[in-house]
Amino acid sequence: MKIKQLSVFLENKPGQLSHPCRVLADAGINIVTLSLADTQQFGILRVIVRQWQEGLDALKAAGCVVNVTDVVAVEVPDRPGGLATILEAIEKAGMNLEYMYAFTIRSGDKAVLVFRFEDPDAAIHRLQTAGIDVVDGVELYKRTD
Amino acid sequence: MKSMWNDQGGSFNPASAADYLAPDPLRQLQLQRLRATVRRAYDRVELFRSRMNERGLTPDDVRTLDDLGRLPLTVKTDLRDTYPFGLFASDMSEVVRLHASSGTTGKPIVVAYTQEDIEVWANVMARTFAACGLGRGDIIQNAYGYGLFTGGLGAHYGAEALGATVIPISGGNTERQLMVMKDFGVTAICCTPSYLVHLIESGREAGTDFRDLPLRTAVLGAEPWTDAMRRHIESSSNLKAYDIYGLSEIIGPGVASECVAQSGLHIFEDHFYPEIIDPTTCEVLPDGAEGELVLTTLSKRAMPMIRYRTRDITSLVSERCPCGRTIRRIQRISRRSDDMFIIRGVNVFPSQVESALLRVEGTVPHYQIVLTRHEGLDQMEVQVEMTPEVFTDRIGSLEALQKKLGDAVERTLGIRVNVRLVEPHTIDRSQGKAKRVIDRRNL
Repeated sequence: MKIKQLSVFLENKPGQLSHPCRVLADAGINIVTLSLADTQQFGILRVIVRQWQEGLDALKAAGCVVNVTDVVAVEVPDRPGGLATILEAIEKAGMNLEYMYAFTIRSGDKAVLVFRFEDPDAAIHRLQTAGIDVVDGVELYKRTD
Repeated sequence: MKSMWNDQGGSFNPASAADYLAPDPLRQLQLQRLRATVRRAYDRVELFRSRMNERGLTPDDVRTLDDLGRLPLTVKTDLRDTYPFGLFASDMSEVVRLHASSGTTGKPIVVAYTQEDIEVWANVMARTFAACGLGRGDIIQNAYGYGLFTGGLGAHYGAEALGATVIPISGGNTERQLMVMKDFGVTAICCTPSYLVHLIESGREAGTDFRDLPLRTAVLGAEPWTDAMRRHIESSSNLKAYDIYGLSEIIGPGVASECVAQSGLHIFEDHFYPEIIDPTTCEVLPDGAEGELVLTTLSKRAMPMIRYRTRDITSLVSERCPCGRTIRRIQRISRRSDDMFIIRGVNVFPSQVESALLRVEGTVPHYQIVLTRHEGLDQMEVQVEMTPEVFTDRIGSLEALQKKLGDAVERTLGIRVNVRLVEPHTIDRSQGKAKRVIDRRNL
């Protein structure tokens, strides 16, 4: 159920973001979604791509510092309170949420969010027990086609 | 006695015999060679003659080794001021080779060798490799630059004189270095320490773990490096990393080398006579005292050098080395008197910053110090390259790393510095020599 996310180290200066994007583009890899976290001095680009292994190899070969993290994709009802309900369930289960961001794809009347948990396996189990839909990679990428 | 000479598996190399001379014959040999060198320099080089005349000295005033301390010192600008050939003591018809420094500040310095000089050079480099435990059957990848720089050809001739197999790959082209290393079963490499770290990292990125290679020995020189860097190299490979020392003005690489004891560098003092002086008063200091290394060549013909100030800070060790060599050692040189910079009244050597950074788990020997001046106040930024080992997808962990590095430097230097994490391969490694300090203060 876990999804692979690639994280790339960036210096915070003009033009740094385009480099990894160009590398992925030249490898023919489409970015499904991304998020950018930054401080004044550096940033971390997090991307979800379907061919993550190829993406990883291409980025490494281009000299980027990259790592692979397991994240969890969760369906969230696209209406007021949809996200709050899920976050409350996470809180109640005492799970540590590191960060989250949204997918550009939707699933019917639902939005899809990416969650980064300290322990993704335990998180998936808890979410499913709480009746929350976790989307696996196969299902997710089918929707991008 | 013979057993003492064996550096590794009984592979004593006859070239190393001079390393085991008893003190008395060694001093006699040194004095005899010193007198001949001073005579040659006085007779054939205007600069040495006029400086000695100014002091009322002639070559006959050198009767003991201690008399050397009365002779004038020579400095790097003397080589620039006499550019290109002003310090040559041989006619060009006897000079078989010229080398030159990179000349980053103005004109380069030019150095010359007769055929005998080349033979001495090959001998001291063969002794260097033997001291590092190498011999016949070793395959040495020579990644020092071939060309005007003395590193490449110096190591090359020494490896051949030793009877080892030398691969003259020169510097650069990391991919080819890794391929040759793997495919040719290379057992030893010569390069700068920063380039070796780069090779190990690049190997890891390309799926080559140095721990799986037959590579056992690294002969590293041409830039100052620390014991912390050595531990980093040795823990990420099966290498024993040896420090060697030399400078073009004296001969090139081959002035001094560590032995398998890795405890100071044996100076090949049958050819290069060492003194330690106080860099301010120029007074000669006794063995064991720290100061600036001053070298006098004892057998160079094309370009004898009398009391050359190296700017390298070290001390002479006269105690016997466990390896059995009788020639004296110098302590590892981790700083040069002209590397030092002053920031907010504090004297800083780049090696102090390097040791501090390497104390933080998982980092990163690629760094650069950038000095700037902001409204009259000096700022020091330490740029540290990010590595896959310490990178995570969490901002918080990277900020914590940044803080840890900053704290480590602050504890060592006593001043607050800014640490900036930068992308890999952004710090210049031109010529394989790391440039550690960029001073933009326009002092």
